[in-house]
Amino acid sequence: MDKIRTTPSTTADRIKQYMKKEGKRFDGRGLEEFRELTIEKDVSIKAEGSVRVNLGKTEVIVGVKMALSEPYADSPNKGNLMVTAELLPLSSPRYESGPPRIDAIEWARVTDRGIRESGFVDFDKLCVVPGKKVWTVFVDIYSINDDGNLMDAATIGAIAAMKIAKIPKYDEENDKVLYDQPTKNGLPLTSHVPVAISVHKIGKSLIVDPTREEEDVSETRLTIGSSKGTISSLQKSNSRAFEIDEIKNAFEIAAKASEVVDKMIEKALK
Amino acid sequence: MAFKRPDGRKITEMRPAEAKVGVVPNADGSAMFKSGKTIAIAAVYGPKKMHPQHQQNPRTGQLRCEYNMISFSVDDRIRPGRNRRAMEISEVTKWALEPVVDLKDYPNQVVDVHINIIQADAGTRCAGINAAAMALAHAGIPMKNMVSSISIGKLDKTLVVDLTKEEEDFEEGEGPTDIPVSITSDGKITHMQLDGMIEVKQLQESIDMAKEACKEVYKIQKDALKKFIEDKSEGLN
Repeated sequence: MDKIRTTPSTTADRIKQYMKKEGKRFDGRGLEEFRELTIEKDVSIKAEGSVRVNLGKTEVIVGVKMALSEPYADSPNKGNLMVTAELLPLSSPRYESGPPRIDAIEWARVTDRGIRESGFVDFDKLCVVPGKKVWTVFVDIYSINDDGNLMDAATIGAIAAMKIAKIPKYDEENDKVLYDQPTKNGLPLTSHVPVAISVHKIGKSLIVDPTREEEDVSETRLTIGSSKGTISSLQKSNSRAFEIDEIKNAFEIAAKASEVVDKMIEKALK
Repeated sequence: MAFKRPDGRKITEMRPAEAKVGVVPNADGSAMFKSGKTIAIAAVYGPKKMHPQHQQNPRTGQLRCEYNMISFSVDDRIRPGRNRRAMEISEVTKWALEPVVDLKDYPNQVVDVHINIIQADAGTRCAGINAAAMALAHAGIPMKNMVSSISIGKLDKTLVVDLTKEEEDFEEGEGPTDIPVSITSDGKITHMQLDGMIEVKQLQESIDMAKEACKEVYKIQKDALKKFIEDKSEGLN
């Protein structure tokens, strides 16, 4: 029952040829087309907000937890954000138990940066007692089934979970957070929704939302975090290069795709 | 005087339970087991070559279990990563399942079982074992029997089936005692733990209660496995 852990080079060649000749992918999608996105709300009632995101067969769950803590010395009136992501061994035969490896660390850090740098969270409004007490927002992401593009699925999940999260009640007298009593207040979010789009280079083609097979074949990747045309984070991954024209083209592909994904999230949350 | 449970259940009544097979498409076998507000998912990978190599056993294949709670499965966020509690439960889970799994035809190989608790309201190790046993069956791992797990509690002086977190925190009288038990479908106990205080006689009674409750769990597991097969064969027609 040993699974093949990488995509064989013959398949890689077929994928490249097909993309070049037909401008299409094995599952019939165009090069710049996303798979179907579904978002299920409240997968854990213990979270302040949680979702299950399915992008084709790729599945992640994301939960928002909040805790009160002392602010950092350099930002006494601002709350904090912490994004973590874990590649669960449950989600693929490729991931093993133990300390996170570099792919998991990159996944978490790129996602964190995309959300943080976009200005999506108004940190000033997460201050409860200036200099003394602020909210820390934890966004925790877990892979449940890896069929490619966990990178973009994670951000989609984070956006959705943060949008539906409700701040828990704070009992000032006893200095306790009452997690079972959510207030009506959501997180202080802005309109800068930090959609992340990863553009992959396969042969001469640039594609978005790769399946696992396509991701294996991908030569290199550029993840672009942007909101309504303004780019706020980038990550060029691995040691293969893009041509200058390719990377310029990738920005435009990502700009178009992020608009589509933004709408897909809106629709899925309705 | 009859003992009143906070959620109005009878003392021998389990929480409403649900089970589903095939929740992780990548895995060789997978299942979800939900008991009240506790949700566990399990995925099985293997048999596959055991790594590290020095752990290979040329006489038989081996079972490896990993239990993990998702950070947002409880009120106070759990820091991701391994902790001592999770490591112990992982081992206890393996002990609960090993007696029914027959891996003698898979020398030097390993079957990995990954259990994740998505939402926790007590009884997470039992839900995890229930999901794991189903996932093993779904993966087609040779098994002599099923394993079903339930927690029996003693609240003050009364024995009850399937504690919630609220009941686990019960503080009146003799307080709470928690007794998770796992029983095979031919009636053998493969896992038993206890936290609290109880007399011999009542502990013996608790086993009889667990036996009855595990029959119900077994039915839910079996039905979910059957339903998966039926749905699959329907898809073929």
